[in-house]
This record gives sequence, structure tokens and C-alpha cells, in this order.
Amino acid sequence: MPYTHTQDTLVGLFVATGIASLFFLGLQVSNLSSLSHGDTYEITARFSNSGGLKVKSSVSAAGVKIGNVKAITFDPKTYESVVKMDIDAQYKTLPDDSSASVYTAGLLGEQYVSLDGGGSSEFLKNGSKIEITNSALVLEKALGQFLFKSAEEKKAAPVDDKKGKK
Amino acid sequence: MEFFRYLGASTRASFTKLGRASYFLIEILSGLASVIVRPRLLLKQLHSVGVLSFLIIVISGLFVGMVLGLQGFYILSRFGAEETLGVMVAASLVRELGPVVAALLFAGRAGSALTAEIGLMKATEQLSGMEMMAIDPIKRIISPRFLAGFLSMPLLASLFSAVGIIGGQLVGSGLLGVDDGAYWSQMQATLDFKDDIINGIIKSVVFGFVTSWIALFEGYDAIPTAEGVSRATTRTVVNSAFSILGLDFILTALMFGEH
Repeated sequence: MPYTHTQDTLVGLFVATGIASLFFLGLQVSNLSSLSHGDTYEITARFSNSGGLKVKSSVSAAGVKIGNVKAITFDPKTYESVVKMDIDAQYKTLPDDSSASVYTAGLLGEQYVSLDGGGSSEFLKNGSKIEITNSALVLEKALGQFLFKSAEEKKAAPVDDKKGKK
Repeated sequence: MEFFRYLGASTRASFTKLGRASYFLIEILSGLASVIVRPRLLLKQLHSVGVLSFLIIVISGLFVGMVLGLQGFYILSRFGAEETLGVMVAASLVRELGPVVAALLFAGRAGSALTAEIGLMKATEQLSGMEMMAIDPIKRIISPRFLAGFLSMPLLASLFSAVGIIGGQLVGSGLLGVDDGAYWSQMQATLDFKDDIINGIIKSVVFGFVTSWIALFEGYDAIPTAEGVSRATTRTVVNSAFSILGLDFILTALMFGEH
């Protein structure tokens, strides 16, 4: 094929579309745009059970994402799960008596850490520890407790009936 | 005894072929420097390898994405999880189907053309003619084609994935009524740039390398007759498909094994 300028243009268009689709994959499809490359500060919370929480799970306050889980380790002395979180530096006015809870998004969704603000006038800083934590809800445990409770109520119910008759 | 002689001969033949292919690869790679000096040669090959494969990649990508949207919707709606359709379509395209199907199409569309072209050049003694004029055919003919295939493949694969995701969205939210916002936001929340997209691109780079190498070697190594060229073209497509699928399994096991 002889060399033409149309070929130049076509190759240029091809390369441009290829790179554009790469950008599309990066920005529209994956989480590249939502990654905050800004400053973060680290806080730690201890849970008696962190459930299905994973590294990179989100940390939110009032439903808005403010950071990520950085590391999850097991403390062999206290038998607790130590969760380190990176919080975006723009959210630096979280009270230091905030509580952290592990919740599930939807019934079968991913687990995330939710921070609920307290009333203190001191704020969380880099390296702060959250004292008040609520563990993840383990579905089997909750179901077990529910079944146990309803069985007890059934046992207790006839006694109540007799009392009523007297 | 006849059997063992046959086995020995074929083993030796395949090993010498592998050796020739490796030697050929070293020659190609050492010829790459001279391609950079003459970008015009590369440009022409980018046109015939990349631009001419553009249409088949876009159309196949669109249809693969649409079929994924349709099939995914029927299965996910059983569990009431239609919102995760975007994740399913995007993850399967970016991780597997994009690189693999684009590479298979590339081997069929561009690889076979490369083999036939080089084989015919050999059969009509154009390559020997060049050598007579003291022009190195590896530097002039082979290396630009290799570089063009190597560069085009990741572009074509990401194009395939991007068009497929749009096709899935067309069917999912346009036709079947999946929420458009959920399609994109679930996708963005789940797919990771490094783990999913970069790994997919690494795959396509490897496939582009292997496919171009096989196509050029089969053409260069073809028996210089009409039948020899036709056999070499067939071998290109078959061997490329095998290597792509086999390498894909190994790369997937290496990249996504931990999760």
C-alpha cells in the first residue's frame, strides 16, 4: 500500500481512541477518580469482632465516605481486632469521643465502618484511638439468639396464661 | 521401533523449531532500534495491523457486552441483584474477555495476514532479493510489524472492554430497566484500577507479544510454496489461540489467585 496522509490520520485516530478508552476504563469504570491522593490521617479502633471487614473497605460518617480501612490485625493479648483507618484530612473536625461500628450495606452487601460523632470539643488526630466500638453483627449469632429467645417466650407463655386466669 | 523413530524425529523437530523461533525473536528485538529511527515504517504497519482491526474489535466488543448484559440480567434478577450487573459485565470484560477475545480476533484478523504476507514475500524471493541489496529484511520488514502488533494489542483490548461495557449498559439500562446510576456506581466501587484494569492490560501486552511473534515466525519459517504458506497461516491461528488461552490461565492464576 502506498504511503498517504490519510494513513497518518487514521493511525492517529486509532491511537487516540485506544488511549481514550484506557482513560475511560480508568476514570469511569474503576475507582481511580475516587481515590483521594490528598493528605490522610490515621486512627485506630479495636473491635471484639470486625466480621467481614476488609482492607480498602470504606469508612463513612452519616453515610458519606470519608476514608478507607488501611490494615486489620489481630491482637493476641486482648483477642481483639485492631482496625487502622485512613481518614481524609479535610474531615479533621470529628469529635474524639466518636464511636465506630461495623455495619453491612444492604442485607448481603459489603461491610463498612461507620463513625458516629460524639459531643466532645476535642477532635480526632493522627494516631488517635476510638474507645467506643460496636462489633459487626454476625448473622448466625443473631439468628441463634432470636431462636433461643422465641423458644423461651413460648415456655414462659403458658405460665402467663394461668396468672391471667387467677 | 518405527514408532520410537517417529517420536524421536518429531521431538527433535519441535525443539529445533523452538530454537529457531527463539533465535528469530532475539533478531527481531535487536532490530527494534532501527525501527525507532524510521517511524514511517512503523506507522504503515500500525495502519495495516491496528487500524484495519479497529472495526471488527469495536463490533465484536459491542455485541459481547450486549450479550453479557442480557445473560447477566437473567441470572442476577433471580437473586434480585440486577444492580450488580455493571460489576459483572465490567469485571468479566476487563479481566478476561477483553484481552482474550481481542487477542483471538487479532490473531485471526492481523496475525494470519502477517503470516501470509511474509510467507508470500519469502515464496517470491523478495526477502532474498533484499539481502542481495544488503538490506536486512529483519530490520526492514519484520521488526516494524512486530512493534506494531505489540503496540496495537493493548489499545485494541482496552477499546474492546470499553465498548463492551457501553454495550452492556445499552442493554442493561436501556432495554431491561437496570438503574443507570447503580450500573456505574457499583462498577466504580468494586473494580480496582491496579488489580483489575492494569492486570488486564498486562495480559493484552503479553498476548500481543506472543501473537505477533508466532505470526511473524510462521511466515518467516514457512515452506516457500503456495501450500506451505497456507499451512503456515493455519498454524499461526491455531498456535496463537492455544498460546493465548494457555497463557491466560497461567496469568489469571498468578494475578487473581490471592483473592
